[in-house]
Amino acid sequence: MNEIVHARNLVKRYGDFTAVNGISFDVHSGECFGLLGPNGAGKTTTTRMIACVSPVTEGELTVDGLDVRREPRRIKSLLGVVPQEDNLDPDLSVRQNLAVYARYFDMPRAVADERIDESLALFQLQDKQHQTIWALSTGLKRRLAIARGLINQPKILVLDEPTTGLDPQARHLVWQKLRYLRSQGVTMLLCTHYMEEASHLCDRLVIMHQGRILVEGTPDALVEEHAGREVAELHLRGPQREKVLARLAARPGLTVEEVEDILYVYARTADGRADMAELAPESERVVYRHANLEDVFLRLTGRGLVE
Amino acid sequence: MTVALPRFALQAPDVSYRAYHVWQRNRDVYLRLWKSEAIWPLAEPIITLLALGLGLGGLVELESGQRYIEFIAPGLLAVFPMWAAAGECGWASFIRMDTQKTFNAIIATPVSIEDVITGEIMWGATRALINGAYVLAVTAMLVLLDSPLAILSLPVIYLSGLMFASISLSFTSIARSISSLNYFFALFITPQFWLGGVFFPLDGLPDWAERASWFIPTTHVVAIYRGLVEGSLEWSHLGDLAWMVVVTVVFYVVALFAMRRRLIQ
Repeated sequence: MNEIVHARNLVKRYGDFTAVNGISFDVHSGECFGLLGPNGAGKTTTTRMIACVSPVTEGELTVDGLDVRREPRRIKSLLGVVPQEDNLDPDLSVRQNLAVYARYFDMPRAVADERIDESLALFQLQDKQHQTIWALSTGLKRRLAIARGLINQPKILVLDEPTTGLDPQARHLVWQKLRYLRSQGVTMLLCTHYMEEASHLCDRLVIMHQGRILVEGTPDALVEEHAGREVAELHLRGPQREKVLARLAARPGLTVEEVEDILYVYARTADGRADMAELAPESERVVYRHANLEDVFLRLTGRGLVE
Repeated sequence: MTVALPRFALQAPDVSYRAYHVWQRNRDVYLRLWKSEAIWPLAEPIITLLALGLGLGGLVELESGQRYIEFIAPGLLAVFPMWAAAGECGWASFIRMDTQKTFNAIIATPVSIEDVITGEIMWGATRALINGAYVLAVTAMLVLLDSPLAILSLPVIYLSGLMFASISLSFTSIARSISSLNYFFALFITPQFWLGGVFFPLDGLPDWAERASWFIPTTHVVAIYRGLVEGSLEWSHLGDLAWMVVVTVVFYVVALFAMRRRLIQ
């Protein structure tokens, strides 16, 4: 079966609050699929429903063809879950953490030992294998959490904000490992509010906002379609701002988003930068850059990344 | 017109052999930390026997003519394992559930939340058994046991451990914070320690108090141990056993449902 996760009109309500509001998507075998959006968009709730720890209110949700309502144990034996919160066993060693977790999957000791050796090597944790968890850095803990999620050789690895709270070096190391896993054909579902992470790792993604899916596509296509190529960030105040906005309205090739004291000007054409440069002199500060997923989000929601 | 009917969320508990993996996890952590975990249960029964048995006991003369230290020995067999099971499924389970999110980690695997609850209670009872075996050994060495039947108290200790673990975990599953557990320990466990017929005979109490004591778990546990240790078993002890089984089952079911409600949302 090519579809590992299949969701149709999926709804999750907590009392009067609707956390997930009728979303549909598929995750295909071998791809890294992203759920991108701000905190509170419904990403974690979606992964909790996939992991069978949050009952589905309405809609259809299957994992590897199995219904989450009917076969939670079988689904959970096929999943690898890397949660956002650190829930490693703090009193056990690195190696014991993996061994105890393997036991939950009824894995024979010899098989578990072999896999633990492999994943300690892959995640560069051999030297630390007898250390207690509380002595590890955040980056090492996160690598161990990913290794733990892979111990049962899952059909799909579900990662919830895998690099939140990591310093840049540790983050890049995690990304490198995830890229390696992707190259090995591991199917991944990645939740992140971090646009750069999504464009780095995802083959396909959806952008979520307030429990709904806004768009779906590859990162490049989404940027191209919704934000164009070039962006100018103009820092402007008062009357200057009004003047520039008036001028912008007269130029069909440019669109603008206002966020606080910054104007984001988007150009779709190849010579967009020249067009935008004429606006620049009156601005306190101008930054030119390529458009990215953050711009897509901004364009679609018309506001900043707030909760 | 379609009418949205509320769905019944009531689901049959899904308990399997995988509860044993949860027990194994707790054992592995215990074996790693046993040096710091063991000191309290090792020291306290001896201190109590010395202070109350010998110290206070020198001033006490029982109507039955029994030495006071011999009178309290079977009671200690009841209350220290009670503390072990209640503490394990109270504070320790709360830390696993809330602070460490261990339960969340476990239920992301084929282990169900009901397996987790069952494994936790089995482990709480195991802590009671470890503790009870130790108290039994100490009281035997001090020659306070009159009957070889005392060895039969071990399975009863495990059963009482299951009972106190279930009661304790029920409170844990509804506790808002770790300090809310103080209510449970101050108002439920500590009174049982002092008032459950361990340190003074209940038949000397006014009628109403004697009747009220029937509702207190330790009363039944202590009654069985007195029978075993003194070699004076009666049919009424079967009633005590049945009482314990019923209470265990009731609170086990409460813990199952309350914990599912808390963690599966």
